[in-house]
Amino acid sequence: MGQPPYEDPPDEGAGGPVGEPRVGVDSWVASHEGRRERSTGISGRIKAWWQRTPPAGRLLVFVIPAIIFPLVSNSGNIYRYGILTLIYALLAYGLTIVVGFAGLLDLGYIAFFGFGAYAYGYLASQHTGHHWHAELALPVVVVASAGLGIILGSPSLRLLGDYLAIVTLFFGQAFVIFVNNANRIDFPFFGQVDLTGGAQGLEGVDPLNFFGYKVSTNKGYFYVAVIMLVLIVAMLHLVNHSRTGRAWRALREDPLAAEVLSIPVNRLKILAFAFGAAVAGLIGCLYSSIQTLDAPGDYSVGLLITIYAIVILGGAGSLSGVIIAALIVNGVPELLRNPSNGRYVFYVGLLLVLWYFLKTWQRLLIVLGGTLVFGWVLYGISSVVWDRGTSGQPVVDPETGSNWLSTAISHWMLTPTDRTQIANWAFFGLVILIMIATLVRGWWQVLVLIPTVWIAAFAWENLLFTPDQINGPTRLLLLGTVLVVLMNARPQGLFGTRQVEIV
Amino acid sequence: MHYVPDLVTALFFPPWKNWSYFWDLTVSGLTRGSIYALIALGYSMVYGILKLLNFAHGDVYMIGAFLGWFMLHWLGGPADPFISGWFVVACMLLFAMVGCGVLGVGIERFAYRRLRDAPRIAPLISALGVSIILQSSAQILFGAGFRDYGTEELVGFNIHSIGDVFFSTVQLVTVLLAIALMIALTLYVARTRTGKAMRATSFDREAASMMGIDVDRVISVTFFIGSALAGAAGVMFGLVYGQIFNLMGFLAGLKGFTAAVIGGIGSIPGAMLGGIILGLAESYATGYLPQGSTFHDLYVFLLLIIVMIVRPSGLLGTPEIQKV
Repeated sequence: MGQPPYEDPPDEGAGGPVGEPRVGVDSWVASHEGRRERSTGISGRIKAWWQRTPPAGRLLVFVIPAIIFPLVSNSGNIYRYGILTLIYALLAYGLTIVVGFAGLLDLGYIAFFGFGAYAYGYLASQHTGHHWHAELALPVVVVASAGLGIILGSPSLRLLGDYLAIVTLFFGQAFVIFVNNANRIDFPFFGQVDLTGGAQGLEGVDPLNFFGYKVSTNKGYFYVAVIMLVLIVAMLHLVNHSRTGRAWRALREDPLAAEVLSIPVNRLKILAFAFGAAVAGLIGCLYSSIQTLDAPGDYSVGLLITIYAIVILGGAGSLSGVIIAALIVNGVPELLRNPSNGRYVFYVGLLLVLWYFLKTWQRLLIVLGGTLVFGWVLYGISSVVWDRGTSGQPVVDPETGSNWLSTAISHWMLTPTDRTQIANWAFFGLVILIMIATLVRGWWQVLVLIPTVWIAAFAWENLLFTPDQINGPTRLLLLGTVLVVLMNARPQGLFGTRQVEIV
Repeated sequence: MHYVPDLVTALFFPPWKNWSYFWDLTVSGLTRGSIYALIALGYSMVYGILKLLNFAHGDVYMIGAFLGWFMLHWLGGPADPFISGWFVVACMLLFAMVGCGVLGVGIERFAYRRLRDAPRIAPLISALGVSIILQSSAQILFGAGFRDYGTEELVGFNIHSIGDVFFSTVQLVTVLLAIALMIALTLYVARTRTGKAMRATSFDREAASMMGIDVDRVISVTFFIGSALAGAAGVMFGLVYGQIFNLMGFLAGLKGFTAAVIGGIGSIPGAMLGGIILGLAESYATGYLPQGSTFHDLYVFLLLIIVMIVRPSGLLGTPEIQKV
């Protein structure tokens, strides 16, 4: 029969209304969840308050800081922290419809985003010479994206979960190949037509032009994005509580049972695809007009993984979780880019991870103290026998120079001068040590963790944090690690509720 | 009109007009196809046992290509190896296969094992995570540039011919080796005790464990074999095409999975057949269809869609009966 009931500590439960009946919940599950969600302490009080707040109030909690943010920030920060976060969040909402509500694994989602961007670029840019106003172009693009969603969704009627995933993933790849090369297709009767600008991208996309009023500043775009967010979240909330939303959830939980209950499964699948694609197409218009350029590289698998990470981190189907996850997924790597902030973010993150996994204060203190002593001892030994190991300098911000943290670690962390080779081996060793640390239990784990933490810091300081890596692969590496660790430790996401399966 | 050149290829060099062009395409298609088939086997075996789409498989293949490259350079590099050329190739293959096998077992142990009974989406996302970890780790450790295998310096590009059919030694070795590995795998699964346990586990995992089969061990062995085959495919790719880079796994993995699906996922002969068909189709599409050299991947995608719509269980697969 089924698995034994969970025996987790009660502080792990998260939001979600308890009172209303949900699909797949009987009285036993409800009482079980109720027991787990009766949290105490600060987090419990926040959760209780959050559940009492009406949906509109919850939205205001996010919207009011968003309205204030551009007034106290400069244009670059509005773009990097504000607009990008909003675009990620909006895309994640579109994906929530397909994956979170209807449970269809759509890995070609980014292609709809790209389609929207290119379609807007086609309707309003110097490249083609058309200059449509936004109030006309946006609906056209949204309808076209929804149509594409219907076309791509139609195989989903015949394909089960994983097959659908691979077909859509291939579709996403096909889209990138197409836009990369569509500047030199020969059509039988028209000759050569430059549709997409090829690898250079489609240049000179118009800013959004609503009835003659052009949005031109980052601040303006930020507010446009906030308005879109409010509209889309409100729409999703209403859809989620409608007949269609309930039918989607039934479809997600058990397609066969849903079909037996005479729910029109095929129509709902297509509808979910079309809905998600329409949202993605709309965001594509916004993104394309902000960038003033549609480049094929923007619509790659990297973005897909980022959006999936947001949806999963937020807990598939949770609306407020998505925004928080988007803030984390976009904000943390942006903070990491700056050497003076990045170091704080890394060490605080390391502390949080250790605290979460070690559970008790004593072990945490032992690991931290042990790591400090381990580093000092190594530094002392190396300053005597291995000159090169201590002669380098930690990476610092070229403008502000070293701060107290970089000074503090400079006598604890080895920073060799010619570091690439040794740092590569350290990275390799780190992977091995992490694997060992997850296999052993009890005090052995504490013992293994001490060198693991030190070598993690070593690899960070000497390899991942260097300017070559921090902007590209390090970000993806962290995202991938977050996905794997989260799936293994907490499959329902940070803000989702755990589903108890009854067999 | 710009359209003319492609029509020229398609209309004026059909196979019966120009056999040598056709045979060139066939040889290149078979070479590609045997690499795809090796990748597809790993996908298919893992899917057969765990019902898991192992997205990281393509990146294991990429790591295999890099392991082969490192072995090549530890043995003195392509220009001046310590031992003779084909021994170097054998060492590279062996090293890549063992390394990838261990990597595959590790991936299963740390990323998938806890998720066996989780909802279907959880291991898929975990696999995506592993895939991106492998890609970015490769970029951090090996850099984002291309690396040369230097096949010509190592073993030469001797061209042989049988009538109109021209092929190089490396292509011949690739196809033969792939066939040998497939035969070995088929025998292993059909004849040995572990092979039997594998079949039992893929048939019904729970029942197999009740019959005293160590399911964890069987799954580890499956991952080892599948990943080792991917490693061999990586080295072969490097030898045939000469260059490897850290993102080569994504598209190859996609094609490998497509091959597995076309042949019927979960079926070992199906994966081989699917790989060969896919390789040939891609090669012919490149040669004969309009703008094939740019859009051959799109044609492959079309083929996949057609197969999935006409016969969702694949050419050699058995239709899955859904139990309630």
